[in-house]
Amino acid sequence: MSTFILLTLTGLGLAALYFLVASGLSLVFGLADVLNFAHGLFLSVGAYATWWAAGHLPGAGPTGFGFVLAAAFGVVAGAAVAALVELVLIRPLYSRTIEQVLVTVGLSLAGVALLQATWGADPRPFPRPEWTRGVTGIGGANIPNASLLLVLAAAAVLTLLLLFLRFTRVGLVIRAGVENREMVTALGIDVRKAFTLVFAIGGAAAALAGALGGVYLGSVSPAQGGSLLIFAFIVVVIGGMGSVVGSAYAAVAVGLLQQFVNYYGTAGLGDICVVALLAIVLLVRPQGIAGRAVTA
Amino acid sequence: MTEPILKVDDLSVRIAGLHILQGVSFTVAPTGVTALLGRNGVGKTTTLRAIVGLTPRGGEVSGSASFGTVDTLRTPTHRLVRAGLGYVPEDRCVFAGLTVAENLRLAERPGAAPAYDRVFALFPELAKRAKQRAGTLSGGQQQMLAIGRVLLADNTLLLVDEPTKGLAPKVVTEVAEALEAVAEEVPVLLVEQNLAVVRRLARDAVVLAAGKVAWTGAASRLLGEPELTKALLGVGSAGVHA
Repeated sequence: MSTFILLTLTGLGLAALYFLVASGLSLVFGLADVLNFAHGLFLSVGAYATWWAAGHLPGAGPTGFGFVLAAAFGVVAGAAVAALVELVLIRPLYSRTIEQVLVTVGLSLAGVALLQATWGADPRPFPRPEWTRGVTGIGGANIPNASLLLVLAAAAVLTLLLLFLRFTRVGLVIRAGVENREMVTALGIDVRKAFTLVFAIGGAAAALAGALGGVYLGSVSPAQGGSLLIFAFIVVVIGGMGSVVGSAYAAVAVGLLQQFVNYYGTAGLGDICVVALLAIVLLVRPQGIAGRAVTA
Repeated sequence: MTEPILKVDDLSVRIAGLHILQGVSFTVAPTGVTALLGRNGVGKTTTLRAIVGLTPRGGEVSGSASFGTVDTLRTPTHRLVRAGLGYVPEDRCVFAGLTVAENLRLAERPGAAPAYDRVFALFPELAKRAKQRAGTLSGGQQQMLAIGRVLLADNTLLLVDEPTKGLAPKVVTEVAEALEAVAEEVPVLLVEQNLAVVRRLARDAVVLAAGKVAWTGAASRLLGEPELTKALLGVGSAGVHA
């Protein structure tokens, strides 16, 4: 029983990481029709900015409130880079899908190369607050606190996103834009402003995933963002483009499946099962769990 | 002679290699309803979408469309709408996942008080169904919502694309009555296949054929001459009433 609880909660921790990356990716694709292969870069920016801030930013540090400040710096950096990418690189290419893919793939490769050139390719030890190194006993299982932190953070982000989408005018514009962007424009709304905001929100969530992923894994390396992005894309497709709630369901399914199969089967089999799940969803329900509509 | 509210000049649209509109020119009077007619596929919807800046990606548009001092072909859609050009698209295009109230709230324009009284006076059903998801409304109710959205703001011209398409005869009459009331306040460029509705609403008519203007004149004259109607629209006009 304790093994089951351990696998469930660590699986949910993994799901939380996927959700933080996938939620922004899903909204960006649902609203702006942009397949953003540079989304993993926002995660890396968040991770490296947090790591840098913990050592250099006045008031920030590796523990306590200092770490919160460092992570907040990382999140702001991720949001700023995402907004900049949208304004400078994506905006001129909204009607050119192939060029968008080329630019975002290129940016992702260039971003990793830049991080490697600046801080090296080897993983760097990540600042980990004391509490996140410990475990909490739940139902006889010792759950890593870092997993619990990820789950709590993802739940908070999900709640805030849903409240934002449900109760603000910009949220309303985003929900409508995911359904029919052209019609939003035909009601006199400059939907491009919402694009920038959605990029920034997605960048912030991915950067938070970078900061907390660093705590979870204990290190930060330039290629982390790219490897997580693959599973985030799978989560987006399974959950349904543009659906935050769909991404949450799909992230939980993928995280748990990976954790359980990797434990009870051969290591690595979980990843294959996730791809199989993706194939089944595409065959049975191509629009994903929640289709295109944003559920708020 | 009064100045037209919209002047379309030499409008051409090419989409995916097809020359859909080939030098279309016409005007819309500052009052009443001008009907844009023609057989299926002649480019009526393409004309409206080009005027409001919604030609599909990759489409090439040339010519001009003057809406007051604004050339609509060179102005972003959201700015045209804020300048008073209301657009009711074909197939309604309500946001199915949003409630009726949210659909209407989206159409509110910054700096202008939304005219909910006007909308609910014309379509009381919308007030009753404010919390209902628009996707669960009947076709007629969705059409009322689509028209209601543009009426929330003060417009100087409405472009309305096939508002009675796919509706039951009773609902067609209701929508026609609503449009009749709307047209007393604001001029309308109406694309419509239902000639009974055209007879009831339109004062002027523009007929497209093969991407060009084939005929312009009084709607009553077009529909009053069965042979002319049949030649231009491919259908008889006898016995059309709404």
